[in-house]
Amino acid sequence: MTVHDKATTALSRRSLLKGGAGLVLGAYVVRADRLLAQAPAAPKINIAPNTFLIIKPDNTVTVLSKGIEFGQGPFTGMATLVAEELDADWSQMRADHAPSNPELYKNLAFGIQGTGGSTAIANSYIQMRQVGAAARQMLVAAAAETWQVPAGEITVENGVIKHASGKEGRFGEFAEKAMAMPAPADPKLKDPSSFKLIGKEGVVKRLDSADKTNGKAFYTLDINEPDMLTVLVARSPKFGGKVASFDATAAKAVAGVVDVKQVPTGIAVYAKGFWPAKMGREALKIVWDDSKAEKRGSAELLQQFRGLSKTPGKVVKAQGDFDGSMAKGGRVVEVEYVFPYLAHAAMEPLNAYLKWDGDSAYARYGCQFPTPDHMAISKVLGLPIEKVKIDVLLAGGSFGRRAQQTTHQAVELAEVAKAIGPGKGVKLVWTREDDMRGGYYRPYSIHRMRGVVRDGKIEAWSDTIVSQSIMKGSFFEAVMFKDGLDPTSYEGSHETPYEVANFKCDMHQVDVGVPVLWWRSVGHTHTGYAVEAFVDELLEAAGKDPVEGRLELMANKKPRHAGVLKAVAELADWKNYKVPEGRARGVAVVESFNTFVAQVVELSMTDDGPKVHKVWCAVDCGVAVNPDIIRSQMEGGIGFGLGHILYAEQTLDAGRPVAGNFDTYRSLRINEMPEIEVTIVKSTEKPSGVGEPGVPPLGPAVANAMAKLGIGRPRQLPVVPGASA
Amino acid sequence: MAAFALKINGQTRQVDVDPNTPLLWAIRDGAGLMGTKYGCGVAQCGACTVYVDGQTVRSCSLPVSAVGNSEVTTIEGLDSKEAKAVQAAWVALDVPQCGYCQSGQIMSATALLNLNPAPTDRDIDLAMNGNICRCATYVRIRAAIHGAAKTLEG
Repeated sequence: MTVHDKATTALSRRSLLKGGAGLVLGAYVVRADRLLAQAPAAPKINIAPNTFLIIKPDNTVTVLSKGIEFGQGPFTGMATLVAEELDADWSQMRADHAPSNPELYKNLAFGIQGTGGSTAIANSYIQMRQVGAAARQMLVAAAAETWQVPAGEITVENGVIKHASGKEGRFGEFAEKAMAMPAPADPKLKDPSSFKLIGKEGVVKRLDSADKTNGKAFYTLDINEPDMLTVLVARSPKFGGKVASFDATAAKAVAGVVDVKQVPTGIAVYAKGFWPAKMGREALKIVWDDSKAEKRGSAELLQQFRGLSKTPGKVVKAQGDFDGSMAKGGRVVEVEYVFPYLAHAAMEPLNAYLKWDGDSAYARYGCQFPTPDHMAISKVLGLPIEKVKIDVLLAGGSFGRRAQQTTHQAVELAEVAKAIGPGKGVKLVWTREDDMRGGYYRPYSIHRMRGVVRDGKIEAWSDTIVSQSIMKGSFFEAVMFKDGLDPTSYEGSHETPYEVANFKCDMHQVDVGVPVLWWRSVGHTHTGYAVEAFVDELLEAAGKDPVEGRLELMANKKPRHAGVLKAVAELADWKNYKVPEGRARGVAVVESFNTFVAQVVELSMTDDGPKVHKVWCAVDCGVAVNPDIIRSQMEGGIGFGLGHILYAEQTLDAGRPVAGNFDTYRSLRINEMPEIEVTIVKSTEKPSGVGEPGVPPLGPAVANAMAKLGIGRPRQLPVVPGASA
Repeated sequence: MAAFALKINGQTRQVDVDPNTPLLWAIRDGAGLMGTKYGCGVAQCGACTVYVDGQTVRSCSLPVSAVGNSEVTTIEGLDSKEAKAVQAAWVALDVPQCGYCQSGQIMSATALLNLNPAPTDRDIDLAMNGNICRCATYVRIRAAIHGAAKTLEG
């Protein structure tokens, strides 16, 4: 049960689905169909306070967040936007997840309900402020009616509604009356100059910190219903393998195992608790049919990708005459960057809960894409869409892993429920090894970069990418592909901030039988590295300073890139600072998801690879809604980026993913975390996201610092190969 | 299956599980205390950290049959002044992001301050490097431990 079920005053679930569940969910089907048919529609933006806010008699205001909270801060962000316009006191604000209902809670950037692409604040900035402003106007109207005074004479401040006559009240006492009123269509928003919460330091504290320090924060793994079964599925060790035959005799003999069933993804073991499910699964005897499985190893993939990178791909963007310019000679630089498969390895492995009674289904989990998951569950169970309900829970990280374009987890969850039959709640749990070896990795990629410097000037630049599409075959393909290519493979490579007269970006989109997925900052995880390490290398060849040289190449046309670059140079005292003996600095700047981030790294070398001592970071994300959350996302993005650049890779041995746990997939630890200093560049631009953009510049800044130390820029990642094993 | 009477947070809890069941799952699925988390199952990440007779233990890798009469303390049972200082420091600095590893972090940080009221950065590295945080909240964890130490110093 979540807070929106408990609301007893102004809001009940019925009023949440005001207009009738059939109508709302019927519209959802239409919308989803339109999405699939690639029909863009101007979204009708819901700002009805009674669908987003629960105002209780104790004056608490709970904001239902469209976006899932897995650390990046939407609970606090959404509540900040509402509280600002509502003139609430921060101490009365709360947050919870909105249930699956795309008509009410769609991401305005996607047209469906879902979290991703660092869009949470960007797509809600106006909408959630309007919700707050509308609620304020309705509360004032309710107070005016109750007190029989003109609404224009009423003020609201810090959660207190006041009239000059001395009458005073709080939100709780007027909520029921207010929420029954029609919502104003276009409530007036504050001028930013009068903001008290948005962009202010020290006023807003995260709403979820306390529960995350005392064990009370409730995650999917914590679901513990009385008759629930914990389910582990034995899946093919190779991607694309199928069950040929199996023997469950020994598994069924394990105490606590209730049943064993075959499901499309493998063999499901149902047990009373995790441990018997795991023991039962280990006792299964399964013969796998690998005839259609991916059986290549990492070395074979490297050979194929490398070969392709030496041939022209499909042109994404070209200008000037790249080949002609190269032919004129000069200082020619050609480098190859190889990027491994990476697992997300969120602290909470994948899991989900579903109770199906034959007529309806109720799912609860850290669901990042409610709309497609909702459709998937209803399809597998043969239920009308309105008979499926999904409540979103806190998730122990995601980094992209819970945003599933294939809805594979939702499908498996429903299949597991279906296989054992109605009436039993099932909690589908992935072990760490399942999660690590289960695919959906950051795609394996190669960038072959070629360029020429003549007379101190970069005259030509090309970037040939070999990568696997993330969206191919999913419902996103029809909507997102451009000229048959997946833009998330080349984003950041085809448009760099640098003016080079002769430019080419081409690509080979390769099919591999390894499922891949967006991974915190998506294409920028490799394009950011390729572009920023390469420009540094060319600037070095041209004899230019990394900061000044980049600014020159931006040619006054990239004010926000230049802004963060200058800001980080100032923060790190780039010009005057004397780098201690044995250390070096590198810089990089990357735009991702409309947010601009520049970082300076200072490192030295040890027997265990680079030791990063400090990172300076400047970020421009438009209007900074929650400065401290922006800082924390930059810190986290830097740590996440650093751990993977230095240590992490998933390799394949004849198709089998090798790394299975943190002993073989090395994660950054506290002793490897650098000191970090962040500056937020003041901006009046529209707010943009911060969950992902802290990641991309870190890797190339490390590479560029290593080059400065005379080691050279790593051509194949991770920097410390085999560190995991 | 076998019955075990576990002393958890000062209470005796009966759990009926296989003797090889890791303490973690006896705590979670047996006793229903969900604050202690599963992250790796192989004593690599520290999300499952509890105290057994006051010593930090990775509960995912200790069979329940080895616990005997020992006193088990989980995040739910933390109430020392060190623990309260740590939790308050965590909230003051908004340390957690996804929060999933933080029970383990708090257990380890509290244990550190019990032994060493004024840890250096190096002490913190040594005491805390068994606790992985995939959100990489490490900068704030470090600052919060120093903050808690300062509070305790009074």
